[in-house]
Amino acid sequence: MIAAFLIILACQLAGEVFSRTTGLPIPGPVLGMALMLLGLRLSPWLRQTVRPVAEGILRNLLLLFVPAGVGAAGHLVTLGANTLPVVLAVAGSTVLAIIAGALAFKAVAALSGLRPEEGP
Amino acid sequence: MTEIWSYLAQQPLLWLTATLAAFLIGMALFRAAGQSPFANPSLIAMGLLAVLLAVTGTPFATYFEGAQFVHFLLGPATVCLALPLYDNLPKVRQAALPLLAALLVGAVTGIVAVLAIGKAFGLAPAILASMAPKSATAAVAIGVSEQLGGSPTLTAMMVMMTGLTGAMVATPLLNLLGIRDWRARGFAVGVAAHGFGTARAFQVHPTAGAFAGLGMGLNAMMTAILAPILLRLF
Repeated sequence: MIAAFLIILACQLAGEVFSRTTGLPIPGPVLGMALMLLGLRLSPWLRQTVRPVAEGILRNLLLLFVPAGVGAAGHLVTLGANTLPVVLAVAGSTVLAIIAGALAFKAVAALSGLRPEEGP
Repeated sequence: MTEIWSYLAQQPLLWLTATLAAFLIGMALFRAAGQSPFANPSLIAMGLLAVLLAVTGTPFATYFEGAQFVHFLLGPATVCLALPLYDNLPKVRQAALPLLAALLVGAVTGIVAVLAIGKAFGLAPAILASMAPKSATAAVAIGVSEQLGGSPTLTAMMVMMTGLTGAMVATPLLNLLGIRDWRARGFAVGVAAHGFGTARAFQVHPTAGAFAGLGMGLNAMMTAILAPILLRLF
């Protein structure tokens, strides 16, 4: 478990260093994810070592957003008269982005003859 | 009693414990509500804790002393998204073209729509700049917002609002649209609603979660490129 944590943190650290030194507009953890993906492809040992810890963390992903959400709730009052317009713009655009993205996937999948994969 | 309280209230232990307890209550209510996406366990936990902080007069900074241990794991969790992505690599390769299309269309729609609706309501330029990158993961969104003259605090709040919206509406919305493919469902949510949407996708199906994580990562990059360009149109 310690080895798995070390590998995960090392990937994030390498990602942070790379992101800061190159000035790339990609956050360190996302670069760390790319690095980890490369490692997983190359090493069966890495896959075996990281899997239990990674799956454990990902199972509880929703918990990790709670502290930031509590902070956001505290700032809600600062919006004042702009609260409703902001909520409508943010929520409305998120709904539209999900619709547009999913429909774009479906349209191009049909055009390129991708075999559909059943969902719910 | 007040002595114990004033001691504990300053320690990380109390608020870390409270965060985990609030989340478990959230999970219990989520299950009791038949796993309805509207009973999001994180949202319930945030509400409970926000009320608790207000009632006890605890500043957010004190709360965060304890909660930071949970918050810190967001970075390692993002690295861990490589695992489901690895497990689904053949599926990602097969669907490369549709994924690229969904990324472009989803990213542009998210930015243009939030700016258009905000502008229609007459929101100030600084608020528009804060909203433009809201579909990206927090680190990128805040960086882009600062670069565009927005407010990091506002952006952090809008990122959270975006995530909550995505997590709550995705399932009924995609059912309504008749989109049944897990790849399309997950990816669209990850692009539109970053890690929070991804967390919801994992709650529903592992393939949806893997594709949502991919969408989140790719849109971090896409937003950094597109938001400054698209903001100029408004």
